[in-house]
Amino acid sequence: MTDVANAIVLLTNFVIVPGVAYGSQLALGALGVTLVFGILRFANFAHGDVMAFGTMVALLTTWWFQGMGVGIAPLPTALIALPFGIVAAVAFNLSADRVVFRFYRRRKSPPVILLIASVGVMFALQGIVRFIIGPDDRRLADGARFIIKASEFKAATGLKEGLAIKLSQGLTVVVTAIAVTALFWFLHRTRAGKAMRAYSDNEDLALLSGVSPDRVVLYAWLIAGTLAAVAGTMYGIDKSFKPFTYFQLLLPIFASAILGGIGHPIGAVVGGFIVALSETAVTYAYKKFLRYLLPESWEPSGLMQLLSTDYKLAISFVILVVVLLVRPTGIFRGRVLS
Amino acid sequence: MSFLASEGMTGGYGGADIIRRCTIEAEQGEVAVIVGPNGAGKSTAMKAIFGMVMLREGAVVLDGEDITRLSPQERVRKGMGFVPQERNVFTTMTVQENLEMGAYIREGGTADTMARVFDLFPILKERRRQLAGELSGGQRQQVAIGRALMTEPRLLMLDEPTAGVSPVVMDDLFDRILEIRATGIAILMVEQNAAQALTIADRGFVLVTGQNRHTDTGAALLADPEVRRSFLGG
Repeated sequence: MTDVANAIVLLTNFVIVPGVAYGSQLALGALGVTLVFGILRFANFAHGDVMAFGTMVALLTTWWFQGMGVGIAPLPTALIALPFGIVAAVAFNLSADRVVFRFYRRRKSPPVILLIASVGVMFALQGIVRFIIGPDDRRLADGARFIIKASEFKAATGLKEGLAIKLSQGLTVVVTAIAVTALFWFLHRTRAGKAMRAYSDNEDLALLSGVSPDRVVLYAWLIAGTLAAVAGTMYGIDKSFKPFTYFQLLLPIFASAILGGIGHPIGAVVGGFIVALSETAVTYAYKKFLRYLLPESWEPSGLMQLLSTDYKLAISFVILVVVLLVRPTGIFRGRVLS
Repeated sequence: MSFLASEGMTGGYGGADIIRRCTIEAEQGEVAVIVGPNGAGKSTAMKAIFGMVMLREGAVVLDGEDITRLSPQERVRKGMGFVPQERNVFTTMTVQENLEMGAYIREGGTADTMARVFDLFPILKERRRQLAGELSGGQRQQVAIGRALMTEPRLLMLDEPTAGVSPVVMDDLFDRILEIRATGIAILMVEQNAAQALTIADRGFVLVTGQNRHTDTGAALLADPEVRRSFLGG
C-alpha cells in the first residue's frame, strides 16, 4: 500500500505538478494566440517574443524595485513588476498593429500575408529584446522557494517519496486561474466581450449589428498583450528568463491552440494542459515509479523513459502534426488555420 | 412617394451591371416581394437597397430621406433591418446573445423589444440559453429575423427567408411575417418560392435580367396568365 502511495507521490511530484504549472503558462500563451486569430484572422508568430518583451520589462522593473529595496516577500518581486510588463507588451502590440498589421488589414490582405508580416515583427522584436537585455539566461524569482518542501512532506506523511510544490508553481496556477476567469467573465458578461465573440463568429453580421471593427481589434491586442506578459513573467518566475526559450515556446503554444480548436478560448486552456502534461509524461523516466508497483524480479533495467528531455519540443510538434492530419478543427471544433 | 422608394437602380459588384433601372417600393404595414428566375438580380436589388452594392445610377429614399450614399451600418441606424440569406446568426452564441447583438447599437433598455420578439417566436424564449448553431433551420431563421427586429426597424428586409426549410416551416414563417406586418413595419423580401410568397404579398415585383418585368399586387400577379406561365410553372 505504501508502495502505491509512494508511486503516486513520485508521479505527482515529477509529472503532474510541473505539468500543471507549465500547462498554465501554455494556456495563457495559447489564449492570446487564439484571441488574435479569432479577431484578426491570422496566426501571430510574434506572440512568443511579445511574451519575452513583456517579461524583459518586468525583469528590469524587478531589478529597479530590488535596487530600491522594494519587495513583497515572501512573494517574488516580479509580481509587482508585472503591471509594467503588461503595459509594455500592450504598448508593443498596439504599435505593431499601427505600424504593420493595420496596413495589411486595410488592404484586406489574405491571412498568410499577415502571418508572414508577423514573422517580420517577431524578428524585429527579437532584435530589440537582445539589444536591451542580451541573450543570456536570467533569474526572475526571489522570495520564498517552496510552498511544500519535500522533506516536510516526507516527515508529515512518513512516505519515502517527497512532494515539493514550488511557490512559483502555486503562483502560476493561481494567477492563471484569475486571468482565465476574468477573461471568460469579460467575453461572456460584458457588452464589449460579446461584441468580440460576435465579431469572431461572424464578421459580416457583427458589422451589420453595429460592432466597430477598430474597437474589437483594439481589445484583442490589449488582451493578447496582457496575457503574453502574464504568461511570460510566470514562466520566467517558474523557470528562468532567456529570450530564445520564449521564441521556442511558440511551438507548444500553437500546438495547444490548434489542439483545442483555434479561435476557441476554452480549447486553448484545455490544449495547454494536454500539451504540457504530455511533455512531462513522455519525458519522465518511469524506472523508480515502476519499481514501486512491480514485483522485485520485474524491476526494469533501463530508465523507462520514452523520450529524452532534449526532445521535449518534438512532442508538441508530433501533437501539432497529428491534430492537423486527424482533426484540423481541434477538440472544440475551432477554425482551420489557413 | 412610398415609404421605401428605390428608383432606377443600376449597378453591380464592380463588373457588369447586374440590375438595370430597377425600381422597388414598399409601404409600412405591407409585404413587398421580389420574385423572378435564377440570376434575375433579386438579391442584388435588395442588397443595393441596403447599401451592399454600389449604384451607378438611381436613388434609394427611405421615408423621404435620400440614403443612397450611406453605408449598410448607417442604414441600420436609419431604420433598416436586414436578414441575410446565409450565415445570418452567431452560431457560437446563445439565442439571447444573438438578440442582444441585434440591439447592439441601441442605447437604453431593450427588454421590451426582446419580450415582443419572444412573443412572436415563443420557441426562442424556450431555447434562449441554447447556442444558435444547435437549432434547426427554421428556428435559426427565427433567430435571424428576431435579431433584425431588435433594432426596431421600420423596414425589414429578408433575403430568401424560406431557403432550405420544409414546406410546413415555410408556412409557419410566412404566418410570422404577416404578424410582423401587422405591427406596421414595412417588409421587403426576396423569394424563390414565388407562388407561395405572392399569396402573402401586398405588392410584387417580378424581375428578369435585372429589370422590372411586372409590378402589381400579389393577387393580380398570381392571376396574370403571362406571369403564371413564365414564372410560376403554369
